[in-house]
Amino acid sequence: MKKLWFFSLLLCCLTCAHIYAADGLKVGDIAADFSLKNVDGSMISLKDYSSSKGIILIFTCNHCPFSKAYEDRIIQINKMYAEKGCPVIAINPNDEVSVPEDSYDNMKIRAKEKGFVFPYIQDATQQIAKTYGATRTPHVYVLKNNSGVFSIAYIGAIDDNHSDAENVKEKYLVNAIESLMQNKPASPDFTKAIGCSIKWKK
Amino acid sequence: MLYKVHYTLLLPLLAWIFIHSAQNINAQNQGRVISFSQIDSLLHNTDDTLYVINFWATWCKPCVEELPIFEEINAKYTNQSVKVLLISLDFIQDKEKILLPFIKKKDIQSEIVLLKAENPNEWIDKVDSEWSGALPATLLINNQKKIRKFFEKQFKHEELQDIITQLLKSEL
Repeated sequence: MKKLWFFSLLLCCLTCAHIYAADGLKVGDIAADFSLKNVDGSMISLKDYSSSKGIILIFTCNHCPFSKAYEDRIIQINKMYAEKGCPVIAINPNDEVSVPEDSYDNMKIRAKEKGFVFPYIQDATQQIAKTYGATRTPHVYVLKNNSGVFSIAYIGAIDDNHSDAENVKEKYLVNAIESLMQNKPASPDFTKAIGCSIKWKK
Repeated sequence: MLYKVHYTLLLPLLAWIFIHSAQNINAQNQGRVISFSQIDSLLHNTDDTLYVINFWATWCKPCVEELPIFEEINAKYTNQSVKVLLISLDFIQDKEKILLPFIKKKDIQSEIVLLKAENPNEWIDKVDSEWSGALPATLLINNQKKIRKFFEKQFKHEELQDIITQLLKSEL
């Protein structure tokens, strides 16, 4: 009987965990920490950024044309805000079996080609993408540092025009970072964009 | 007599010209660029037709994998009960270089339009509030019958057909 109770409880917990994961994190939630391998072999965690004002966490990858279209803009945004205390962490959540182009070795090559000066880490188990509720690449989470505890300040798109950086009208991400710098809530704090679906393990 | 011969020769010829010109028009129309407002009016259409609207792109691997499923549906329902529309989110500048050759190579018969997608943040929710923006995504809609089902995923074989069969059954 005890065993049955235990299993019911376990099942309940698993179901709850599943629902929670499916929904992902929302603006205002505490950002989940991680320890994931960077292209240089080092491990990257949020706690390494305790002196930052914020972090621009971008789920992205090598193969997706939308991610590629945004690479230069991501580099530019890091250039603008890393020194001001809000650097970029790029995170690749794709299953490298489904998409060999997104393998760890290919991430190293891509980071070198594009000259990424920010970490490009691999979410090999896809647990972080699931926890955050990321569904596509690119998918941005701006994290705000509240005395060592990071919370989600913005979720969504980089801007409103993936194909033409020159014709961007709404710089959603830049606006959200500027708000963070001024200690104001982002407006909007949630946007959507078209992107490649994250390739989940089968 | 001469009159009759004329007719028997002329009719198949006319039919042949008609069919081929119709096909040409159709082929020329494939991949035409449309704005979201045109899709929005389709989403509010009150025809008694189940629209199967799939958002895809040539570079999206799961999208390309499931295209044959939509082609089967398109071939199966030739009357107005079901209409397949494939909305491509390829880059506009890739239309001639990538999209049109792709349509030709795969010989896609379902109607394909290329969406000039300005600020997706403003129209993604109009397709469905559940849509995060990831591709592929599919909307099944018949406003007259108050049917609206949205899927942000890749369909497995038969799965979409089963859903459509169920929806058509429930209409009766």
